[in-house]
Amino acid sequence: MKVKLIDIAHGRSGDKGDAGNVGVLAYDDKGYEIIKKYLTEEKVKEHFKGICLGKVERFELPNIRALNFLLHNTLGGGGTVSLKHDAQGKTLATAMLRMELDVE
Amino acid sequence: MKEKIRIASGQGFWGDLIDAPYNQVMEGDIDYLVMDYLAEVTMSILQKQKNKNSEFGYARDIPALMKRILPTCKEKGIKVITNGGGVNPIGCAKAIIDVAKDLNITGLKVAVVVGDDIKERLDDLISIGEELNNMETGESIIPVKENLLSANVYLGAFPIVEALQKGADIVITGRTTDTGLTLAPMVYEFGWASDNYDLMSTGTVAGHILECGGQASGGNFLGDWQSVPDMANIGFPIAEAYPNGDVIITKHESLGGLVSFETVAEQLVYEIGDPKKYITPDCIADFTSIKLEDLGNNRVKVYGVTGEKETDTYKVSCSYADGYSASATLTYSWPQAITKAKAADQILRKRMEKLNLQFDEFNTEYLGYNSCHGPLSKELDEDDINEIVLKVSVRGSDLKSVNRFGKEIAPLILTGPPGVTGFAGGRPKPSEVVAYWPALLKKDVIKTEVKILEI
Repeated sequence: MKVKLIDIAHGRSGDKGDAGNVGVLAYDDKGYEIIKKYLTEEKVKEHFKGICLGKVERFELPNIRALNFLLHNTLGGGGTVSLKHDAQGKTLATAMLRMELDVE
Repeated sequence: MKEKIRIASGQGFWGDLIDAPYNQVMEGDIDYLVMDYLAEVTMSILQKQKNKNSEFGYARDIPALMKRILPTCKEKGIKVITNGGGVNPIGCAKAIIDVAKDLNITGLKVAVVVGDDIKERLDDLISIGEELNNMETGESIIPVKENLLSANVYLGAFPIVEALQKGADIVITGRTTDTGLTLAPMVYEFGWASDNYDLMSTGTVAGHILECGGQASGGNFLGDWQSVPDMANIGFPIAEAYPNGDVIITKHESLGGLVSFETVAEQLVYEIGDPKKYITPDCIADFTSIKLEDLGNNRVKVYGVTGEKETDTYKVSCSYADGYSASATLTYSWPQAITKAKAADQILRKRMEKLNLQFDEFNTEYLGYNSCHGPLSKELDEDDINEIVLKVSVRGSDLKSVNRFGKEIAPLILTGPPGVTGFAGGRPKPSEVVAYWPALLKKDVIKTEVKILEI
């Protein structure tokens, strides 16, 4: 079954140097179980191909049903140096929510 | 001891809603107004202003704001804490004293925290073995040292606590962590011990929730954003803190916005790395321990926070000049808007190449198509596109090349693809690129001091 991430989660993103930070927050416990199982570092790295040029790190915050991702080497050198329109990664969260997860 | 204190966020960054702190003071009861003005790049901007005029170098919005709120703060006993002193906190405090004079206010203590600015001490620090290598890349600071614009350590809550203990009504700091501004009044009012790391972390988490202003009370909310009431009149968040470490995030009833489990949770994951190690000068907070309970009526309880002992280093934030950049936009209309914009980009690149201009980077984006989501953007049917904005930007150390780039944009209107407009405001001028240098410094080489100005 395909699950659209935007249907089960919201998020917020920003910058940590040249890394983008993307927090993904499930609306309920069931949604959290899905993102915890299926929204893996590998899947996220694959999704952000051509955008995230470094590694992807994932951290779990189960109390608030959230995952935090660090997308390294993503912002064109970081906030003040980057030429990107979205130099601070503000829209990375909405880019993340484009994902569809294959859920068993 | 007070049964509870209410700490109100007044600014999320320098340039935030001017009326937000005014509304926090006027629209309900608060004990403290805390305002974060400093982003990484802000210190370098303030340093440049100070270089031009030694009386500047702080957020000059502050005296204007004080003029509006000082009488009420004085009357209600509201204390103000801000890092908007930038690279000239003394100058900022003097300006506030001048405002108080104009308003005939007396019996006011303005405290200034100094000691964060290490720009003039850099050589000494290096000579005693503090290398200040880039904490992300490990590179030596020596090659960028002569281009340094500012260098400051991030101080924590305790210099502010000292200022409050000395009776300060207003505390002005330079580079203090955003979270320290909120933790400090809790430590001062409730007598929390600095080695009670769970309480230090609780105040730090509250500070993280408050530090971006309206972003915790319904602004930039990616959940059901249309459900946020009266965004035009948004109230910034308030942390209601209790001596046992319970914190309730709320806002003034009369103002708009939304404080809910979701809006607060979204802010908790904003700009964090490893949530188990949220490092500040005061503690290492464990964000995975945070529990939230939505109490309804724009009240969210934050509890259960744990943390560990702080590290023995301060984070140092340096900024340095690193070449030049310029950016320009042109708007292409239907038909074939994208094709035309792409053709213009190619023509521009050929001209740059022929001129043998040197850049470290040349970036092209199409606003309305892919400037946010890059390769994830959906392919568009050109017939459906009304217009596209071509955005071209360059960066490099050769000022002449960056300058010449700016002269090659307007000619594209008469010597490129048709149906183009939107070039106004003259040639894009090169601006100095300010790069950021994060490092660590042993805490024991920094001595902070609290100065008191009185009227």
